[in-house]
Amino acid sequence: MIELDRVTKRYGNSIVVDDLSLAIRDGEFCVIIGSSGAGKSTALKMINQLIPLSAGVIRIDGKDAASVVPEELRRRMGYVIQSIGLFPHWTVERNVGAVPALLGWPAARIRDRTRELLVLLKLDPEGFWRKYPHQLSIGQQQRVGIARALAADPDVLLMDEPFGALDPITRDALQSEIARIHRESRKTIVFVTHDMEEALKLASRIAVMDRGRLIQAGTPLEILASPANDFVRDLVGQDEVGIRLLSVETVGNRLRRGEAAPHQPIAATASLRQALSRMIAERTDRLAVADAEGRPIGALHLSDIVRR
Amino acid sequence: MLLVLACIGLATGLGLAFLTHAPNRLVSGRPIPLTAVVGGASLVALLPGVALLAGPFLPQRRSAHRLVAAAAAAFLVALLWRAGAQAAALAEIAPRAARTSLGGGFWGLFICAALALVDAEHRLRLRPSARFIAGAAVAGAILLLAGSGALDQLAIVREYAARRSVFADAVIRHVAIVFGALVPTVLLGAPLGILAQRRPALRAALFPALNLVQTIPSIALFGLLIAPLSALAGYFPGLAALGVAGVGVTPAVIALVLYSLLPIVRNTAAGLDAVSAASVEAARGIGMRRGQIFRYVEMPLALPVFLSGLRIATVQAVGLVAVAALIGAGGLGAIMFQGLFADALDLVLLGAVPIILLALAADALLDLAGERGRRRPA
Repeated sequence: MIELDRVTKRYGNSIVVDDLSLAIRDGEFCVIIGSSGAGKSTALKMINQLIPLSAGVIRIDGKDAASVVPEELRRRMGYVIQSIGLFPHWTVERNVGAVPALLGWPAARIRDRTRELLVLLKLDPEGFWRKYPHQLSIGQQQRVGIARALAADPDVLLMDEPFGALDPITRDALQSEIARIHRESRKTIVFVTHDMEEALKLASRIAVMDRGRLIQAGTPLEILASPANDFVRDLVGQDEVGIRLLSVETVGNRLRRGEAAPHQPIAATASLRQALSRMIAERTDRLAVADAEGRPIGALHLSDIVRR
Repeated sequence: MLLVLACIGLATGLGLAFLTHAPNRLVSGRPIPLTAVVGGASLVALLPGVALLAGPFLPQRRSAHRLVAAAAAAFLVALLWRAGAQAAALAEIAPRAARTSLGGGFWGLFICAALALVDAEHRLRLRPSARFIAGAAVAGAILLLAGSGALDQLAIVREYAARRSVFADAVIRHVAIVFGALVPTVLLGAPLGILAQRRPALRAALFPALNLVQTIPSIALFGLLIAPLSALAGYFPGLAALGVAGVGVTPAVIALVLYSLLPIVRNTAAGLDAVSAASVEAARGIGMRRGQIFRYVEMPLALPVFLSGLRIATVQAVGLVAVAALIGAGGLGAIMFQGLFADALDLVLLGAVPIILLALAADALLDLAGERGRRRPA
C-alpha cells in the first residue's frame, strides 16, 4: 500500500504538486494521467524519494518513506523511464543484473535471474545477454529497461511515461507485455502517461491530475461514465466516450447464456469494442461467444452492446 | 592528398640534395643527389617509391590503400638503407673527420612517405591497435637496420656514438620531467575537472584562467618563474635543499603542470558532460549511491574523453620539456640547443628527432589506452 497524504512540492513560488492525497492498494495498476506540467512525474518521483517533499507524507506499507535510506527504498521499487537510461558501457546482462548486484546477490543467482527475465520479456537469452544497448532497437532497449526494473523482484514498479518514445506498434506490444506481467505477478504498478488510450487499456484505476492537483480517481469505467469536470471530459475525448466505454467492458458481461448464433465465436474476454468491430466487418448483428477453451457458451446481440 | 604528397616528394627528392658530404662538421657540405645514391642493384630501393607515385592513380579500394601503406613503410626503410650505404662508401675514401649528413632531398622523401603511410592508415580506418602495430613494425625495421651497423657512418649516428651516455641520460631525464609534471597534473586536474563540472561558478572562473596560461609563450613562462622561485629558495633554505631553484627542473615542472592543466581539467569536465542524463537518472532510480553512480556510470563513460585530454597534455609536455632546456632543465632539448649554438646541424637532429619520436610514441600508447577505454562503445 502506497499512501500519498497531502503531498506538496514547491519550487520557489511555483507549486508543482498541490496537496495530493492518493492511496494505491497492493496489486493495483494505477495510472496517473494529465497533460504536461500537471505534476504527475513529480508525484511519481516523490514516491521513491528522487524528489524530496515540500510538505505532506508518503507512507509505504504504513511506514514513512522519508524514514528509510533512499537508496534502499529505490532498490525495492522498480523504476522505468521514458528515456530508458540503460548503461551504454554495460552488456544487457550486466544492465539487467544491476540491482541484484547492488544488493550483493551471488553471481550465479544474478545470472539465473537475468536469463529468467530475458525470457519473461521475450528477449532470446542466448543471443541477447552479451549485446550492448546501442545494438538493440528502442523497443528492445525498453524491454531490457523493464527487465532491469524487475530484476530484484520488487513489489512496486514505478513507470514514468515508459512507452512515450516508442512507435505505435512497439508501444502496443509493450503495453500488452506489461499488462501480462501485471496479471501474472500482481505487482503494484504506478504508471504515468498523458495518453488516455494507454490509461484505459492498462489501468485498474486512473488518477487524473491537472496543475498539480488530483481532479478525479476511479476505475476506467467511472472516469468514462462520470467525468468529474470539463477537464476530465476533454481528456477522455467527448467524441470517443462511447467507443472507449466499449473498450473497458468485456463481452462476458453482456452475454446471453445458452443462446446459439452462427459465425466464428468471439472470446468472452474480448472487449465490447472488438465485438462491435467484428459485427460491422462481418455485417451481422449477432455473434457466438466462446469461453477460454473455445466452447460456445452463448451469443451477443448488437442491441446488447448499446443497451445498459 | 596522395597526389600532392607525390608531387612534393618528387620535387624535393630530385631537386634537393639527398645527402651532403663535408670534410668536417663545421663547414657546409657538397650536395649528393639521389641519382648518385642509387644505381645498379640498389635501384630496387626505389621500387616502393614508384609504387607510391602510382598510388594516386589507383582505384580507391582497400587493396590500393593497403598497397600504399606497405610501399610507404618499405620506402621509409629503403631510404635510410641507401643513405647509410652511401655514407659507408664515402667513409672508406674520406678522412675520419668527414661527415655525411642527411639532406633536404632525404627529408622531403622521408616525410612524404611517412605522411602517405598515415594517410593510408586513415583511409583504411585502422583501429589504434592496428596503427600501433604498423608503427612498431616500421620502427623495429629501422632499429634492426641501425643495429646491423648499416647506418653507422651517417653523421647523426656518429654524433650519437660520440655521446652515448649523455644521450641516454638526456632521454631518461626528458621522460622523467614529463612524468614528474603529468602525475601532479592528473592528481590535481582530474578532481578540479570533476568539481568544475558540478559547479558552474568554478568552471566560469577556472577555464578562462587556464586558457590564459595557455596563451603565455612557454619561454616567457619559464622566465617569469625564475625570480619568484629564486626568492623562495633564498628565504627558505629547506626548499633549496629539496632542489627548488629559479632555474633547472623545478620551474620546468611547475610551468608544465600549468600548461597541462587545461587539457586535463577541460576534458575531465567535457567527458562528464557527455554522460547521458538518462543513465544518471536511471542509476539514481535503481538505488545507486552517489559514489556508485560516479564509479560505475560517470567515470567509465567519461574515461575516453579524459584519456584524449591526457594524450594532448603528454604530447604537449614532450615538446615543452625541449624548451625547458633553456632554463637548465636538461633533457633532449639540451642536446638540441648545444647543436644550435655550435652550428652543428646533426647534433640538433640528434636532439630533435628523438623528441618527435617520443611524442609519437606517447601519442600512440595513449591512443591505444583510449581504444581499450572505448571498447564498450558509448
